[in-house]
Amino acid sequence: MIRWILRIIAVGYVLGLVALPVATVTRSTFAHGLQPVLDSLQNPDFIAAAKLSAIVAVLAVLINTVFGVGMAVLLVRYRFPGRRLLNALIDLPVAISPIVIGIALILVYGQNGWFGGWLESRGIQIIFATPAIVMATVIVALPLVVREVIPTLEEAGTDQDQAAQSLGANSVQRFWRITLPTIKWALAYGVVLSLARSLGEFGAVRVVSGSVPGVSQTLTLYVNDQYQEFGPVAEQAYMTAAFALMLSAVVFIIVIALLRPKENQQ
Amino acid sequence: MMKTVPPPPRRKPRSVASGRLTAASGLGLGVAVLWLSLIVLLPIAAIVVTSFQNGPASFWDSVTTPEALATLRLTVGGAALVTVLNAIFGTLIAWVLVRDQFPGKRIIEVIIDIPFALPTIVAGVVLISLYGPHSPFGVDLVGTREGVLLALLFVTLPFVVRSVQPVLIDMERDVEEAAASLGAGGFTTFRRIILPTITPAILAGAALSFARALGEFGSVILISANLPNTEVSSVYMLKLIESDDTAGATAVATLLLIVAIVVLVLLDSLQRVAARRD
Amino acid sequence: MNVLRQRRGRMATVLTVVAATALGLSACGSNGDSAAAASSKNLNLVGFAVIKSAYDELGTSFAKTDAGEGVTFKSSYGASGAQSRAVIAGQKADIVALSLSPDVKNIAEAGKIDTNWDSGPNKGIVSDSVVVIAFREGNPKQIKGWADIIKPGVGIVTADPGTSGSAKWNLLAAYSQALGPTKDEAAAKTYLGSFIKNVVSWNDSGRTATDTFVKGTGDVLISYENEAIAARAAGVKLDYVVPDSTFLIENPVAVTKTAPPAATAFVKYVESPDGQKILAGKGFRPVDPSVTATDVQGANDPANPFPKVATLTTVADLGGWSAVNDSLFDKEKGLVAELRK
Repeated sequence: MIRWILRIIAVGYVLGLVALPVATVTRSTFAHGLQPVLDSLQNPDFIAAAKLSAIVAVLAVLINTVFGVGMAVLLVRYRFPGRRLLNALIDLPVAISPIVIGIALILVYGQNGWFGGWLESRGIQIIFATPAIVMATVIVALPLVVREVIPTLEEAGTDQDQAAQSLGANSVQRFWRITLPTIKWALAYGVVLSLARSLGEFGAVRVVSGSVPGVSQTLTLYVNDQYQEFGPVAEQAYMTAAFALMLSAVVFIIVIALLRPKENQQ
Repeated sequence: MMKTVPPPPRRKPRSVASGRLTAASGLGLGVAVLWLSLIVLLPIAAIVVTSFQNGPASFWDSVTTPEALATLRLTVGGAALVTVLNAIFGTLIAWVLVRDQFPGKRIIEVIIDIPFALPTIVAGVVLISLYGPHSPFGVDLVGTREGVLLALLFVTLPFVVRSVQPVLIDMERDVEEAAASLGAGGFTTFRRIILPTITPAILAGAALSFARALGEFGSVILISANLPNTEVSSVYMLKLIESDDTAGATAVATLLLIVAIVVLVLLDSLQRVAARRD
Repeated sequence: MNVLRQRRGRMATVLTVVAATALGLSACGSNGDSAAAASSKNLNLVGFAVIKSAYDELGTSFAKTDAGEGVTFKSSYGASGAQSRAVIAGQKADIVALSLSPDVKNIAEAGKIDTNWDSGPNKGIVSDSVVVIAFREGNPKQIKGWADIIKPGVGIVTADPGTSGSAKWNLLAAYSQALGPTKDEAAAKTYLGSFIKNVVSWNDSGRTATDTFVKGTGDVLISYENEAIAARAAGVKLDYVVPDSTFLIENPVAVTKTAPPAATAFVKYVESPDGQKILAGKGFRPVDPSVTATDVQGANDPANPFPKVATLTTVADLGGWSAVNDSLFDKEKGLVAELRK
């Protein structure tokens, strides 16, 4: 009896809160048939925004993966002063509003910022250009790979690594052949999480980008900008873009769901 | 320490790392420190320093304007309320997912993760579709605080669920079974045996939920419809920075950072206490 | 475990990552801002919130002329004040098309625009409009003019003067119509106070104000005549009235110091009869007196879209922008800030 009540509450909550709105967007997107959706997908601004988002996401994930694995190895395998501070710094982006992250980037890298003069004299533009979008995305997704990899590394211990070392393998060989395979599934899980998070970043990018269609307008900014235009064309445009992002999110989740048991086994 | 993803089930680590830094790893550490400084430390420092650029009195003025206080009340209050709701419902959902079997359970699992992977602005569009002027149910929450809370609940749903689930999966049932054989009812068993075990996980998920709700922007901006009654701090800070009130925006940001750190440290301590009792 | 398969799997992963990087970097290189912006045939336009539709068409038409052959536009639209500050802070711009002259003047003072940008016969203004009051289709609250909107229970939607140009024009209109012929400052202050009290939503730009109104908030929207026309032309269900006493909106355009020659040619095009005709078709009042519009979709009367206003106040009548910015819009001591406390 209790089991049924609990079941109904749990399922009802999840369906009502998440499934229902998602289904509604799907219905609204295709409310006028397939053709308007296809037309929206061929809009050059949409294509440019999708391309920019994809590039930014891939770059951000790459950067976060390289540094993430490195920092995970450092935190797990070594003791050094300031270890707890490093740990805390990695977690900090989660506690900060994306708007604040954007403001912070402007304060440091904007033309009137701490490094502004230095950057401008070398002709480097960060704010209102792609570098700022990439940096903002890197920051918001920073902890994801690290936090996935660390528990696996901790659990694996250093037996294998020490054995290899005693057999004469250098640190690069040990990293490629022992460490990486150990964290393979955790890393994959973290990468997919990061990819999803990076593709979906909005608030921080809103602050640092000029949102110029075709140049600095990501897909999330495209949704926001089209939402503010009038008329059925714009409405179809933002609905289609939102639907496309939603679809990619679901694909990511399914991949994550498939990877999760492997990660737990590792 | 706060974790972005739920802590793994506790098994003994096979060998504790005790490495001293070598030349290679020392260099790696240097690079990591430089990287984190450029990416996290300096920007945060810039926020705090800029917030006090006109002196502490100006900082105080910025965070105590009626509008600033109203947004803080809504933001902190909303985050707290949503976190409590998540603690309850998240645990319940995790329980049902682990201990119950029914057709379609895997689909529910996938649905729960949607808010985590969905871009926040898309979440905003999604919520407006269902609870906005064109709602198929005639429910219009645009411009209401209920709408804002709904948006916050949406984006924070996965945190407690995913935090508690692994712990429940890993729990050994023999203590429960022993209690049952001694005559303990379901609720007593839950209260005295299960709850203490999952409390650290609930607190960890609550911490993530609170931090996320405090800074949420994309999902709230559409449903709040720019009304003063539904203005959360992130929207207010954006308004300030666009109106060229950098000191004001950074002051509010610094205050929120302090609130976040205080609450997270509190939850972390509670988590340690609860874990020790286990 | 099949070691060979493992190794192939790992190889595949590495290759995918490398390929993705290569793809990303190459696409990045070919799409880079610098590549696009450096092309002398590309113009970067920074505009205020409500002009996208008009300037998109101006751009396409200009590209069909000899002077504009092969010219492409990369455009950004947003709240006038915020856009002005963005350009000063480094956003790339060849042409700025903003809501009010001070927003352009600030960019000139920051050194990015020649200080003689407004020395021409039109003082740099390329389009006009007037402040109108918009309400729900059918006028359920019987709004006829300024006096009706300060009645209790009427929710006003407008923009925020901190970021938006539209906001300033709206407040100027509300203030000046209450000043009346006798320049009664006390009456104007009282009216503005009642107006501000009825505001339910201060939005970051003229466009987001329209959005907020359209999506259900408030009873009246104060906005540009061209915005009300554009909304109606797009099928939005609202009506508007041009009050007997209202304010003249004047929108400036300027070319930055680093702009290619095509930018100046574009501004000339906008000022030409062809350009003015396009603007008129989108609901803007042309500054060229020889241009008349006879079929403006969305206007109350498409054949006579820009009715003469009985009492039309201008910024010059109030003493110019410096005086008005100080007395009304100063963030600490301005009248608006005082009344909003």
